[in-house]
Amino acid sequence: MTAVLCRHFGMKHIEIAEDIASDTFLKASENWAINGIPKNPTAWLYTVAKNKSKDHFKRASIFESQVKNELTSGKLQEEQHFEFDSQQIADSQLAMIFAVCNPANSAEAQICLALQILCGFSVEEIANAFLAKPETIKKRLLRARANLRNDNFQLVNLTEADIKSRIETVLKTLYLVFNEGYFSKTNDQLIRKDLCSEALRLALVLIAHPLTNTPQSNALLALMCYQSSRLEARINHNGEAIAYEQQDSKLWDQSLIDRGNYYLINAFDGPEISKYHLEASIAYWHSTIVDGNKWQHILQLYDQLMITAYSPVIALNRIFALAKVHGCEKAISEAEKLDMSDSNYYHQLLGYLYADKDIEKAINHYQLAIRMTKSKVEQQTLRKEIERLSPSNQICRNKGKQF
Amino acid sequence: MKEFALIFRINDINFKPSPEQMQERMNWLAGIVAQNKLVDKGNTLLPIPGSAVTVHANNVTTDGPYTEIKEFISGYIIVKTETIEEAVELAKSNPIFKIGGNIEVRELLKT
Repeated sequence: MTAVLCRHFGMKHIEIAEDIASDTFLKASENWAINGIPKNPTAWLYTVAKNKSKDHFKRASIFESQVKNELTSGKLQEEQHFEFDSQQIADSQLAMIFAVCNPANSAEAQICLALQILCGFSVEEIANAFLAKPETIKKRLLRARANLRNDNFQLVNLTEADIKSRIETVLKTLYLVFNEGYFSKTNDQLIRKDLCSEALRLALVLIAHPLTNTPQSNALLALMCYQSSRLEARINHNGEAIAYEQQDSKLWDQSLIDRGNYYLINAFDGPEISKYHLEASIAYWHSTIVDGNKWQHILQLYDQLMITAYSPVIALNRIFALAKVHGCEKAISEAEKLDMSDSNYYHQLLGYLYADKDIEKAINHYQLAIRMTKSKVEQQTLRKEIERLSPSNQICRNKGKQF
Repeated sequence: MKEFALIFRINDINFKPSPEQMQERMNWLAGIVAQNKLVDKGNTLLPIPGSAVTVHANNVTTDGPYTEIKEFISGYIIVKTETIEEAVELAKSNPIFKIGGNIEVRELLKT
């Protein structure tokens, strides 16, 4: 809703648009509690927003005409036409996505902005998701908003050139919002799901528009579908992460996997292979149980990813795939070549690789990893792993076997 | 890398895939895509009268697809693999065999 309003007001007046939007929802919650939810809630909301905007402009124009006479015949006198049909809503949302994903802002600031403006999260909710202080988030948002205003991005007619110049930033922001949910530091399952589904929703907005329905957007959406299909399976009732191998594949959401397949096929309609294509392909193999060669496929895809989009995380994930295909020994020697002893994931990986060979070393690495991570969920999971490996438990297990 | 056409044939002219069967085929295709082995999604070819005519010599035309051996081509895709064996492996997991169809694997002549 803020997006539609902003299209009329311009980015400079985003606060007004936001105020009207939240006023509208306030009115809705009062009215609907008494009268019940109307037949067409969307239309109801937009009608109220429309009237509120008109009121605002009337007030503004009276104010302007009394204080500054020269503005009487200005823009604000014009009758504002508000169209709230679904096409308008879709176009405005798309334009807003592109306005928010401004390369002038840091990646972190862009995620915050996207969450606030595009997804309607409160400062507190964003702070929770980032495990940061609300003050920090507030400051970050203020700076980022100032940048948006200065940019004065045209919201009305999104041109092909605008889209081309920003689509990469847009995709990256959506990717980050999704990952923020999927690999969130918070153990609040609700926040996690919210972030993921909002990123998915925004990616769907891109797919719905011919100019942004590109192979890359499809690949990103496919990736999100595959990952989301496992959201239920990867966290247990206590909010602890469940390793991929211990997940109950019956909890995977097959309809999301099917949707992922659809977008993945669309993504490969052309010669272009982006990092999203490769990551989505890897996610495909993680969502399928049938193929015996799946780790080989995954390793190949990671090899390609290393070339097109190297990152330490990818290097570590590749080693995991390598261990699955060629065994732990080879993986350990490759891992130790990486020399990433300041990364907690590096130690988690080595802990895993050493688990069957050298328990002492494995525990050592896990302990280092615990010290390096801030995430409570991760710490819990790692402690459990150490407990499972520790010698006293091993003896118990052996005794158990004898009886 | 070589390229191969996978040519699908079925024998039931009235066959209409159920949503589940379409999904199954799509999931098979996604598996090829996720190995980056798809060159062209190809097309489905409609076999029904009005959508298919076969043209013979001397201006003779007949309705419907060319069905000398009681089966007709229902579509094709193009994949890329190192060897024909690999392409055959891809074809083997296609759900078409459940409905009595078959797949012809043919290498594309590259000039």
